Amino acid sequence: MRQVKNLMKYRFLLLELVKKDIKLKYRRSYLGIVWTLLEPLLTMIVLTVVFSGLYGKADHTFPVYILTGRLLYTFFANSTKAATKSIRSNAAMIKKVYVPKYIYPIATTLSNYVIFLISLVVLVIVSLVLGVYPTLYIVEAVVPLMIVLVMTVGVGLCLSTMAVFFRDMEYLWGVILTLVMYCSAIFYEPDRVLRQGYGWILDLNPLYAVIVNFRNAVFGHPLELFSLYYSAGFALATLLLGVFLFYRKQDKFILNI
Amino acid sequence: MSKTVLKVDQVGMKFNLNSEKVDDLKDYIIKFLKHQLMYKEFWALKDVSFEVQQGERVGILGLNGAGKSTLLKVVAGVLKPTEGSVEIKGSIVPLLELGAGFDKQYTGRENIFLYGAMLGHSKEFIREKYEEIIEFSELGDFIDVPVKNYSSGMKSRLGFSIATVVEPDILILDEVLSVGDAKFRKKSEKKIMSMIEKNVTVLFVSHSLEQVRRVCNKAILLEKGHIIAQGEIEEVAAVYESKLL
Repeated sequence: MRQVKNLMKYRFLLLELVKKDIKLKYRRSYLGIVWTLLEPLLTMIVLTVVFSGLYGKADHTFPVYILTGRLLYTFFANSTKAATKSIRSNAAMIKKVYVPKYIYPIATTLSNYVIFLISLVVLVIVSLVLGVYPTLYIVEAVVPLMIVLVMTVGVGLCLSTMAVFFRDMEYLWGVILTLVMYCSAIFYEPDRVLRQGYGWILDLNPLYAVIVNFRNAVFGHPLELFSLYYSAGFALATLLLGVFLFYRKQDKFILNI
Repeated sequence: MSKTVLKVDQVGMKFNLNSEKVDDLKDYIIKFLKHQLMYKEFWALKDVSFEVQQGERVGILGLNGAGKSTLLKVVAGVLKPTEGSVEIKGSIVPLLELGAGFDKQYTGRENIFLYGAMLGHSKEFIREKYEEIIEFSELGDFIDVPVKNYSSGMKSRLGFSIATVVEPDILILDEVLSVGDAKFRKKSEKKIMSMIEKNVTVLFVSHSLEQVRRVCNKAILLEKGHIIAQGEIEEVAAVYESKLL
């Protein structure tokens, strides 16, 4: 009950921190917020040129395939990286003013989520241009989009706690993220991996499970149930673990930053 | 009868001073396996108990390292005490190192909202007090300049103006009456005095005994984390002065 009251009291701070993150991210760049759209579009073009050239494929919807995976991965990677650093980069404030500390990792995740949602505009435009028209299944997209948010908050809470005590986490997580990227079938189609008998790697990756269902929604297929349950379960488990770790250790933060 | 607004009960604050700082995983695991994770314990505060009644102005005296700032941080809720408890009735505004919550890339204007939010104010409240803050800080056109270009005096002035725009029940002051130039110092002291007249409870840390005498009517003397004297300001000040000799 006290926690809820606290959150109500500090919801304006949460809003201010989210706004600050977004405002400062693009301040002093000429194109500003346009980069939110331009950056994924340009990377999509690069990846499409490289990988469709490599595989010699002529599937004209391949850019949509890449974009769905990449947008989700970028959101997950950027948020968790920022959350890992969030306690240390706000050390000056944590030492001086009492504010519920979970607000810092959550604010960075939310600001990245807002940027992610804006960048979905690119996906809409590219899909329409390439003839991937929305069906009724597009409504399902809400489900993986919620799951990825919960998962990212959970992972972010875990990482931000660990990084206070072991700064190595920041570097280690960068390496793990690269691994996650290659195991998420962002710019290749999973058949290749399946044919080689490595399908279990994809099955184990909860982020891939989210991407699969997001793609299903965009391309007009029903949700795949195994992926749905697996990613939802994983998201909930990491959230609970994150909250647990954070609450147990938060009073020790100030002694280590 | 006056009521107790702050009750500090048997508070102890323990820090671990590592003889070598271990903050990477490899070292930690190696040392853990070898049972070499030794911490030197250090009690910055031990068995500190006192009560403050509404309207009292309590000076906290002590030499460097006596635990004054640690005590204020415990009261402000920034540090959680290792043992004991702190009970507070009413709102509390800590003025510890002004401007620490500012974002350097943000302008003064944007920082007013950010810092205000951090102190737990609502958007409407800050909007309402906005002009008053800018006027008191005397920043003029600098309000739209990023804070990284501010002088330290300007930063403290803005911090002071934001923090004192509310009338809290308890005000915590840590060496803040030395901000800005002589003119602003006078102005800020006047502001604090006017708050005191409105029956605000004050916890005050300063190295200037003369300033403490002027502001406070009660005092606590700390030495190595223990309270060695508390009571009326003159009595405690006498003990403190005898320590200085």
